Formats: sequence, C-alpha cells, structure tokens
Amino acid sequence: MSTAHVLLGLLAAGPRHGYDLKRAHDDRFPQAKPLAYGQVYATLGRLERDGLVVRSGQDQESGPERTSYELTDLGRERLDTWLTEVEPPAPYVSGTLFNKVVVALLASGIDQATGYLTAQRAAHVTRMRELTAIKTRPGANVGDVVAADYAIGHLDADLRWLRTTLARVAELQKEVTA
Amino acid sequence: MSEALLTATGVTKSYGATPALRGVDVTVAAGEIVAITGPSGCGKSTLLHCLAGILRADQGSIVYRDQDINLWSEASRSRLRRTEFGVLFQFGQLVPELTAVENVALPLLLAGSGRREAGEAALGWLDRFGVADLAEQRPGAMSGGQQQRCAAARALVTEPRVIFADEPTGALDQLNGEQMMTAMVRAVREQDSSLVLVTHEASIAAYADREIVLRDGAADPSGIGIPG
Ligand SMILES: Nc1ncnc2c1ncn2[C@@H]1O[C@H](COP(=O)(O)OP(=O)(O)O)[C@@H](O)[C@H]1O
Ligand SMILES: [Mg+2]
Repeated sequence: MSTAHVLLGLLAAGPRHGYDLKRAHDDRFPQAKPLAYGQVYATLGRLERDGLVVRSGQDQESGPERTSYELTDLGRERLDTWLTEVEPPAPYVSGTLFNKVVVALLASGIDQATGYLTAQRAAHVTRMRELTAIKTRPGANVGDVVAADYAIGHLDADLRWLRTTLARVAELQKEVTA
Repeated sequence: MSEALLTATGVTKSYGATPALRGVDVTVAAGEIVAITGPSGCGKSTLLHCLAGILRADQGSIVYRDQDINLWSEASRSRLRRTEFGVLFQFGQLVPELTAVENVALPLLLAGSGRREAGEAALGWLDRFGVADLAEQRPGAMSGGQQQRCAAARALVTEPRVIFADEPTGALDQLNGEQMMTAMVRAVREQDSSLVLVTHEASIAAYADREIVLRDGAADPSGIGIPG
C-alpha cells in the first residue's frame, strides 16, 4: 500500500491540510504505523510535482503546515487506476513477526522460542480485543468498523499460524526430550 | 467491575470414566465479559453448564452471590436460570410452534409478567437484534441466523445478571456472527450484566474483557491451548 495513493484517496472527499491528512490516515488505518509529518509533506511535494495535487489555499495565521491541497483531474485518474488494479496476493511472510519466530527457533532454544510465541500471542489477543471494542462502541461508523475488521482478520490469521507453530514446537520438544 | 459475582473453585466433572474437568477455577465480576476458549473437547461446554447450574459439578463449589449453587436442588437451580441467568446455545432451540415474538416473550410470561408487557418487551429485543420484522414468523420460516438472533433476544429479555452463551455464533456466517455479538455486547454493557462466552474462535473471544483458555479440562495459563 503506498502512502501516495492513500493521500490521493483521502483528498478525494475534498481539500485538506497536511495535518488533517495525517489524522485521517491514522484514524482510517489503525493497524498501520502512524504517518510521520515529514512523510506527509514529502509525499504531497511529490504529488504536486507530478501534477496530481495542487495547493488550494492557505490559512492566514500560520505557516506552511496550514496549506491545503486538492486533487487534480490527473490525480483523480491516477487514483481510479490504482483502485482497479488487483494487488498481488502477497503472503505476509515478509513481516517482522515471521522473521522473529524463525530467528527465535534457529538462534535460541525451544523454550525461548515458546516464550516468545506465547508473549506474542498475548499481545495479538490484546490488540484484537481493542479493535473489537472499537467496532462495538455505540455510534461506530462503517469506516471504523471495516478498518477494524481488516486488522482483526490479519491478526486472526497470525494467531492461527502462531498456534500451529506453537504446536509444532511442542511436538519437536517431545521428540527432543523423548 | 471488581466485585466477584460468580466464583467457581476446584470444579471437576467426569462423564463415567472420562474426566472432562480436572479442577477449574473461574471468577466472573459483575459487568464483566469472560471468554472460555480452547480446542474442541477441552471441556468448555461442560464448564459452562456447571457454571450455569445445568450440570452438577462432581467436586468444587460454584458460588453465585455468596451461595454455593452446586449444592442447590434442581428446582432452585432451574428457578435461578429462569430469573437471574440467561442461556444461549449454538442452535437457538426456539419452540417451533410459537412465533418469534411469542418465543422471546416466553421467559417473561414464565416469570409472571402480563401478556402485553411481555409482548412489547419481546418486540423491543427482537428489534435490537435486527429481526423485529420477523416477529410473527415461526422458527421454521426463518434462516439459522435469524433464529439465533431470536434466541439471543430470548436469552436477554429478562435482563439477567449473567448470560451464558455456548458457541453462540458457531452456526452463523461471519457477518451474522459479528452483528449478533455486537448487539449482545452492547446490551450486556448497557444493563451491566456479565457474560460468559464459550467459543473456539479468537475473533469472537476478542469481544470479551478477558479469556480463560482450557486444555484437557484444566486452565492453561500460557493460553496456548494445543490439544493433547
Ligand atoms: N454427555 C457426555 N457423555 C460423555 N462424554 C462427554 C459428554 N459430553 C462431553 N463429553 C466429553 O467430555 C469432554 C469435554 O467435552 P465438552 O465439554 O463438550 O468440550 P468442548 O465444549 O470444549 O468441546 C470431551 O472429551 C467429551 O467427549
Ligand atoms: Mg462445546
């Protein structure tokens, strides 16, 4: 997922300041890392250079961070193209979680790997619970709910994999200690 | 939310020679949602049935509001289930001859409410679960998901202090399950009841404040819950 496309998408509803964009991003994508301001402005700069957004106004009382940007026709077109492209179904095995588990299994003992897996499982369960609470809050809007669903679905898949891995490690331990 | 409403200590239960629970401790606070999870056959349903006073534990105590209900007579236990507990199973088990609204009103009528009052309350609960338009339908004319929503409404209509739900979404598709859980959790929060939720699905357990993982009839503090 590229930040540029997400910013284009957030601008589709109307002009926004960089600060607004960061807030909207962090709200809409609670499972993603919060956007750094630097990243927002750098991306807006590139989008402007490529003619996908233009500056549409500036607040009197403040500096450059109050500049608002709006989508150009070209930007809208680029956004539509992106939205019709199917993403390669990339497995999540490029994630840090996987790397860490593999490294834990290779580099430290089974007990340490199990300890790590157990702690990771607890962290996943806690996060899933927080996201579920967002969904059940009275007045939760459909944007919040679908964003939470997305994150929960991935955490759930991670959890299944963690459980299978734990079971495999337990099997391995039985063999080793038999 | 700190006061313990239900405290089970050292609960064991065997079916003949098969031990299903080997000494389980559970505490449920007032207003708390607790999930009981673990692999199939680990004893989740048996534990829930003991906590709800449907099954009698072989050993241990199940203290509800300072009284060990495991020692109570069947009649007292069944009265408790009608008045202060609400129970929901995987397959709603509605009365097939009654309409949805009659099914949901039934617990209130059994508790002595008037017909009109019970009917109105039942309709309100059907509405909360998104099935008010099916009020006059019999279960045979409804989908599994619709029946389960009615069963949930029936479990909550008496505003019980504790709701016991055994795989309540087990027979539902993802969206139906989610919608039912959302409606149930909101109702439980509003009336400050407690919910004991048996599920083997992590995404359903996530509706709870806390989870107890069982493995082979005992609590598994690591939460791993691997069978065997
Ligand atoms: N009515 C019964 N008669 C004999 N054995 C039973 C009965 N109900 C459950 N069991 C056994 O008790 C154990 C726990 O079952 P249960 O509580 O249904 O587990 P879960 O709900 O976690 O799948 C299992 O080994 C199961 O086969
Ligand atoms: Mg069961």
